[in-house]
Amino acid sequence: MKRGLLIWAPLLAFAVVFGFAARELWKPSDRTIASGMVGKPLPQMALKPLLLDRPGFTTAELATGKPRLLNVFASWCIPCIAEAPQLMKLKAAGVEIDAVAVRDKPEAVEAFLSRYGDPYARIGDDPRSAAQLALGSSGVPETFVIDGKGRIVKQHIGDIREEDVPEILAALAEAAR
Amino acid sequence: MRLRHLIAALLAMIAVPVLADSALPPAELAYSQLKDPAKEAEARKLMETLRCLVCQGQSIADSDAEMAGDMRALVREKIAEGQQPAEVRKWLVERYGDYVTYDPPFSWLTAPLWLLPLLLIAAGLLIARRSFGKSDPTIEGEEA
Repeated sequence: MKRGLLIWAPLLAFAVVFGFAARELWKPSDRTIASGMVGKPLPQMALKPLLLDRPGFTTAELATGKPRLLNVFASWCIPCIAEAPQLMKLKAAGVEIDAVAVRDKPEAVEAFLSRYGDPYARIGDDPRSAAQLALGSSGVPETFVIDGKGRIVKQHIGDIREEDVPEILAALAEAAR
Repeated sequence: MRLRHLIAALLAMIAVPVLADSALPPAELAYSQLKDPAKEAEARKLMETLRCLVCQGQSIADSDAEMAGDMRALVREKIAEGQQPAEVRKWLVERYGDYVTYDPPFSWLTAPLWLLPLLLIAAGLLIARRSFGKSDPTIEGEEA
């Protein structure tokens, strides 16, 4: 009786291995790296202004009592162009958006904003990705929803598409409560 | 129709990936060592165990990606400030999870990696013992 059952063990082991392999083939694993800072207060940052016409910001200045977005972007980033219309829509909906400009030059950002729209209240200069790393962001663009007390409540990885806008507005509304 | 496919395939062969790189030069400490050799050695050792977030298959010590350069600069700065490598690692793991280190801590998630080989060796020994060990008189009787 015992031997009879044992003879199935190799087949069972094979089925388990096959199952794992098949799952990975059909549903490739998620390679995005979510920030561990979501749910925590913003890390200490002090970003100098990149442009003359608007300020940079410090961590304390992001806690304004009203939820806002912190957009990690760069003028050299192609998906950032794709998300620009959505940021403009969010701005039109009354959302305040600040930006971390990763490894960028003022003239390049000016050209980018005049071409694709300018949704930013403040733009902080992040020449060595230090703020980006402090936020736990691993690429551009990424968008963080910050509540009124300066806590990160949500991270959106990649460009904001049209279908993502309601989710972000909902997160902002949730943070305002 | 077929010609168009052929052309598309040929074009795809010569396509080059669009590398999204900024126009800024690498950070100062991305490609230059710390003045203190002991601290540089510490930083170097740590960098070899940290995963580049963009290239994902390389350590930041090996990668030429911009972000890896910025991560090296960050590690060297923190070590130069007098932080311990373990602190720097913790700071990064807090942000990027165990994913960022090539030396993941022992947890329920990584336990099978360490324990399964032991279990398999034990099972192998058991099977070997049953197969080659003391001969069972009843089986021998059957064979004879």
